[in-house]
Amino acid sequence: MNTSHFFVTGDPMIYGADASIVLVTLAIVFYLSYFKKWGWLWREWITTVDHKKIGIMYLLASLIMLFRGGVDAILMRLQLAIPNNHFLPSEHYNEIFTTHGTIMILFMAMPFMFALFNMVVPLQIGARDVAFPMLNAVSFWLFFIGAMLFNISFVIGGSADAGWLSYPPLSENQFSPGPGQNFWIWGIQISGIGSLATGINFIVTILKMRTPSMRLREMPLFSWSVLSASIAILGVFPILTGTLLMLTIDRLLGGHFFTMDAGGNPMMYVNFIWMWGHPEVYIVVLPAFGVYSEIVATFSRKRIFGYSSMVFSMIAISVVSYYTWAHHFFTMGAGADVNIVFAVCTMIIAIPTGVKVFNWLFTMFRGRIRVTQPMLWFYAFVPTFLVGGATGVMLAAAPADYQYHNSYFLIAHFHQVLIGGVVFGYLAGLYYWWPKLFGFKLNDRLGKWAFWLWQIGFYVCFMPQYALGFMGMTRRMYTYNQTMGWDMGWAPLNFISTIGAFLMGICFIFQAWQIIYSIKHGERDVTGDAWDGRTLEWSIPSPPPVYNFAILPTAKGRDTWWYQKQEMKQDGYKKEPVTFEAIHMPKNTGIPFIMAIFWFIAGFGFTFQWNWMGIIGLIGVAGTLFARSFQYDTDYWITAEEVEQTEKALGRL
Amino acid sequence: MQQSVSAKFSDHDHHDHGHVDQGGLKVLGFWIFLVTDCLLFATFFAAFAVLRTHTNGGFTGKEFDVPGFVIETFILLISSFTSGLAVLALNRGNKKALIGWLIVTVLLGATFVGLEIHEFSSMAAEGATITKSAFLTSFFSLVGLHGLHVTFGIFWMTGLILQLFKKGITSVTKRKISIISLYWHFLDAVWIFIFTVVYLMGVM
Repeated sequence: MNTSHFFVTGDPMIYGADASIVLVTLAIVFYLSYFKKWGWLWREWITTVDHKKIGIMYLLASLIMLFRGGVDAILMRLQLAIPNNHFLPSEHYNEIFTTHGTIMILFMAMPFMFALFNMVVPLQIGARDVAFPMLNAVSFWLFFIGAMLFNISFVIGGSADAGWLSYPPLSENQFSPGPGQNFWIWGIQISGIGSLATGINFIVTILKMRTPSMRLREMPLFSWSVLSASIAILGVFPILTGTLLMLTIDRLLGGHFFTMDAGGNPMMYVNFIWMWGHPEVYIVVLPAFGVYSEIVATFSRKRIFGYSSMVFSMIAISVVSYYTWAHHFFTMGAGADVNIVFAVCTMIIAIPTGVKVFNWLFTMFRGRIRVTQPMLWFYAFVPTFLVGGATGVMLAAAPADYQYHNSYFLIAHFHQVLIGGVVFGYLAGLYYWWPKLFGFKLNDRLGKWAFWLWQIGFYVCFMPQYALGFMGMTRRMYTYNQTMGWDMGWAPLNFISTIGAFLMGICFIFQAWQIIYSIKHGERDVTGDAWDGRTLEWSIPSPPPVYNFAILPTAKGRDTWWYQKQEMKQDGYKKEPVTFEAIHMPKNTGIPFIMAIFWFIAGFGFTFQWNWMGIIGLIGVAGTLFARSFQYDTDYWITAEEVEQTEKALGRL
Repeated sequence: MQQSVSAKFSDHDHHDHGHVDQGGLKVLGFWIFLVTDCLLFATFFAAFAVLRTHTNGGFTGKEFDVPGFVIETFILLISSFTSGLAVLALNRGNKKALIGWLIVTVLLGATFVGLEIHEFSSMAAEGATITKSAFLTSFFSLVGLHGLHVTFGIFWMTGLILQLFKKGITSVTKRKISIISLYWHFLDAVWIFIFTVVYLMGVM
């Protein structure tokens, strides 16, 4: 392969991207060298195994990916704004919708979710870290390197263009030769292994690392949502790994799992990928449900209504989600009996979800509600998710689905549940736990601007798309002609939708501004309990010390911190004298990062079918695992005196 | 038996002052990992089940080399038995016997992989390669995936043998041996399914 194929050429936007990548890289290198920050970067961040720092890195990466996916969305909306538009070439349009979907689900929603897992769960259950801190760092770096591998495809080698789930036979060599499709496979494969490891890590953390007095049925609901999402990860991510491996075997070794000839079966891929893909959307929404449960209870100053039914419904969702995958292709022709089973299972999911919404509303009933930023996002979530869920039930009706299938009605539906459910939930969680991790609140006024623009932008963008779906506009349509545009009325609706997309783009600017502004001017949180919270994470300073809890807390039932605070307010309350003990902590290690670099080499090599390079990368991965196995000196002790000094400095004594 | 072994080890790693039992966590984590690995194999089994009749007019399951796969099976089963003997030696605290049985297990595993490579290459020599039919693609992928797992296990076990030479039997090496023996038995269990679904149902 010569260089003229290696670098993507011929598109002014790509040249612009090339230039900006080079400039940003140079700026970062200059900054780090000039301020002598390389050692700091290595010691404090790259080699860290601290769940709080890993959470922050996940968050940062997901916000960057939100930006990239958002730019893709705006480019698509510009292309569709008017009929017969040639703003983007058609191949470029295909690449952009593929990239947008892949990035938003796998490289934005997943890391944002893992950011919340890492930032909150150990603090909420009274633990000093996750069960496997080094594995946690491995998960992060695998995600990061996978995302980078996927993202460089648009300047090197060319992007994937077969849709975000890359159905064969289109994604096979015959129709998608070249490295683009391989970038998609390896980017997701590498980060998917990281996700699987995170699932295992958090299951063990939640089952085994809770402070000894916290019983499972008194655990905060966010941690329950993480447990149920992790169980779902455990059940379906291996299927993704296997399916991508099969597609790799087809493309790299000339296999016939999913080809049109030699007995391959493309529909098998579609079944496999949705066996992962459908539970995947529940995986991302369950933690959002957990966030709402925390927020509603805190800001209504009430215990959550129907705790057990909340737990039961989350577990029900994660189990039933395994039996809904075929609703993505009712039109496959599996027959009425098969379709009915999947249609009914899909509709059944609406029941536990409905239970949860009612529980939140009953929690608010007669509560003393404070309307804060996190609460605003919850308010927005309820109607948005309700409509999104209702259109989902419409789509789940198999006979009717033949009409909606792959139309803009579907596009509007899943954006409504994913934005209304997942994005709103994660943003609510971000605003809620931001002071815990960073020690200051995000500015209210800028946040409200962003919030209202999000709401208006969202409805302006997606409501017209429901109508467009009914009018016959199909997804992935590159452009439409004058007759469709003006006589059939597609153009005005598309134009309005584009305006909405821009409004949402402006929100992102407001939110970035909000973060930068608040670093300097945000309200400082000196108490560690920024919102008058109910769960254990609010009982420690913000930001928490490296060991989180100087003394493992005692949990007395649900909302333990809330009741402890009331006890502390009573007359005659005496603080018990504390004696500190040495704390056992894991040491930082460079192995996760080095292993991820080898994964990158492997992924890059196999992408260009340079098998020698791919094999070198895999040997490197095995070598780092081997080296780690020989490391025995992996943890250290923080002495009791150090703990005491730290606590004193934080004003806790 | 494995469960009781792992439960026993967790006591050794236990620290006081409310500290979490790291060894026990790792064993539990590994059990959960095995669930995911099991599902990975299940995906390949499912693909094989769909594609096993899609032979494209070429090599079929009837042509498998019966003595070949029977010998492979026995060797792997024996290696599972010897890894069990290694764990028994570990429980007795007999380092020499432990290392000896682990070396036997590694050698048997290597023989298994060698026989599998021989089987694959003789099939390829007859023209039955991965590119010929969907049946062969799914066959080579499923059996090859298992073979790669065994190969990985061989390197892993070799690393642990070196550590045993250096460190002897400690609570850490005990936990590591109990984990790899879980892995090894798991691969054996997967092979039983491959033996049944792929080979026996193939030649029937």
